[in-house]
Amino acid sequence: KKVEHAIEETISVYKQIHSLPQPMLLREQHYQYLKKGLRHLSDAYECLDASRPWLCFWILHSLELLEEPIPPAVASDVCQFLAHCQSPTGGFAGGPGQHAHLAPTYAAVNALCIIGTEEAYSVIDREKLLDFLWSLKQPDGSFVMHIGGEVDVRSAYCAASVASLTNIMASKLFEDTTNWILSCQNWEGGLSGVPGLEAHGGYTFCGMAALVILGKEHMLDLKALLRWVVSRQMRFEGGFQGRCNKLVDGCYSFWQAGLLPLLHRALFNDGTC
Amino acid sequence: MSSAEEPSSEAPEVKEHKEFDVEAEDHFGDSYGAEPTRYIFYRDRKEWADLEPVPQDDGPDPVVKIAYCEKFADVYDYFRALLKKDERSERAFALTADAIELNAANYTVWHYRRVLLQALSKDLREEMKYITNIIEDQPKNYQVWHHRRMVVEWLNDPSEELEFIADTLSQDAKNYHAWQHRQWVIQEYKLWDNELEFVENLLVEDVRNNSAWNQRHFVISHTTGFSDPAVVQREIQYCLNQIRKAPHNESAWNYLKGMLQDRGLSSRPGLLEKVLELKETHCSPYLLAFLFDCYEDALESSFQKENMEQEQKETLKKALEEKDTIRKEYWQFLGRSVKNKYGGNGPSNDPVAEEVKQSVPVSEAQEIS
Repeated sequence: KKVEHAIEETISVYKQIHSLPQPMLLREQHYQYLKKGLRHLSDAYECLDASRPWLCFWILHSLELLEEPIPPAVASDVCQFLAHCQSPTGGFAGGPGQHAHLAPTYAAVNALCIIGTEEAYSVIDREKLLDFLWSLKQPDGSFVMHIGGEVDVRSAYCAASVASLTNIMASKLFEDTTNWILSCQNWEGGLSGVPGLEAHGGYTFCGMAALVILGKEHMLDLKALLRWVVSRQMRFEGGFQGRCNKLVDGCYSFWQAGLLPLLHRALFNDGTC
Repeated sequence: MSSAEEPSSEAPEVKEHKEFDVEAEDHFGDSYGAEPTRYIFYRDRKEWADLEPVPQDDGPDPVVKIAYCEKFADVYDYFRALLKKDERSERAFALTADAIELNAANYTVWHYRRVLLQALSKDLREEMKYITNIIEDQPKNYQVWHHRRMVVEWLNDPSEELEFIADTLSQDAKNYHAWQHRQWVIQEYKLWDNELEFVENLLVEDVRNNSAWNQRHFVISHTTGFSDPAVVQREIQYCLNQIRKAPHNESAWNYLKGMLQDRGLSSRPGLLEKVLELKETHCSPYLLAFLFDCYEDALESSFQKENMEQEQKETLKKALEEKDTIRKEYWQFLGRSVKNKYGGNGPSNDPVAEEVKQSVPVSEAQEIS
């Protein structure tokens, strides 16, 4: 109740300031913000110095959604920069000279696919990328995020995504990965980061999306997953929470709501829809 | 790995507005008038004069170029130099601490620090103190917790862990990294004994703490298991007690269902009655959903068509559409897809046609075949 009251106050202030009944997407302001960020970022972004391919991906993806074209020169600069982030042993790092890591690898490959030019595709060293993925594979089917790094379900999604986009899906690479991801579905119906933990929107998206790529999403308890994710929508705010009894957050409008089209298709194929 | 995968404690846009924040090290001298401690750039330190700094190679026309402050660029120019040489020295070890302070999400620096810890046979107890302090400062970072795990493994000593994690949880009872570390320690070193008690205390503090409910499930499934009838009875009782105290606590209802669903919700004698009693005084959308699931389970496990259960389900479905409005479409969808199983003409060979057919409003009389 306290949370709803606090939000109610904020929303009513917003409504007093804005005359239109519906919030408007400020396309031009977003475009300027993104255009600038693609070139320059303040020192407040030092904390993301090991995630620069992510900055490229988030910005390019947003521009694509806004249907704003990327000038060829800029696209080419992005390609060259990401090439500087590629590791000699395969995969992409958070910045030039850093070690390869699955998250910036996901970001870099997807950013290059958004650009979609020959130059972009040719940046990726596919053979080395496969070597990199193999080097992270664990006996139980999971992947570490980087050499000497941690395991959680994000890695399976990052690996599956880049492997399928670059067409390097070796049949044995994801052996046991399906079962490992399935073991992340818990008593709540959602998926956790590693088996045993609480169901969480970000990890659930990663797990389910990975299984969709591997063609194994039907092995989940889809009914339980659907019940869990619809229960994450907040009755007052309308947005989604990441976990049961936690607060709403805009990012979950992607991680949680994004599960619904995936579930719809899975259930449709299942004959349930 | 950056903290980008979890909402960071301070988003860059927020940081940008804090123009007047000055880092402690930039103060020339402290406020009590003692001997001034100036920060000296690595490029000006005599003991580093032999090393040529390596500027970052972004390429000719970089994108997402960060305007590093002078201190950041200086430290990382020297970090890159050390990495290039693969220098394994005390001074390299000391520099990693500076690099970490500037960006604790730089996993390359953490990796290098671990290489140095081993190469220089550093005191791991000291490293535990160090990582304790870093985590206290930045508890929502992947690298710091992973580093702690590595040190604990090397020492093969988990003796400080449960208390340390408990302390972290006392500041944020739902910190996902903390819970992950806790589950790892408990499973690895078999420290199950007092965990149920720990969970119960957390639930006394906040019965809505879903992380604690999850931990409860974790402990029980790895110790007694949920097959023991005495355990199940105790857990059911515990849930119902918590529900009486806080009826709108979704966690308790989810736990009840989660615990029983494998055996079937309708397999527990007497539970349905207790929940129907609660419906009068402690009703909630979660209670209604639980009843709905009970009736559905009863229908699934019986071979004949049970009219009472079917009708109860219909009534509950309508109640849920009214009371749990945000999920109205979902409850309607459930009604449609289950109808294909138990009512109407049975499963259709054409799911698309079936869905289209069902989405057209049908009069009451036609719904019951």
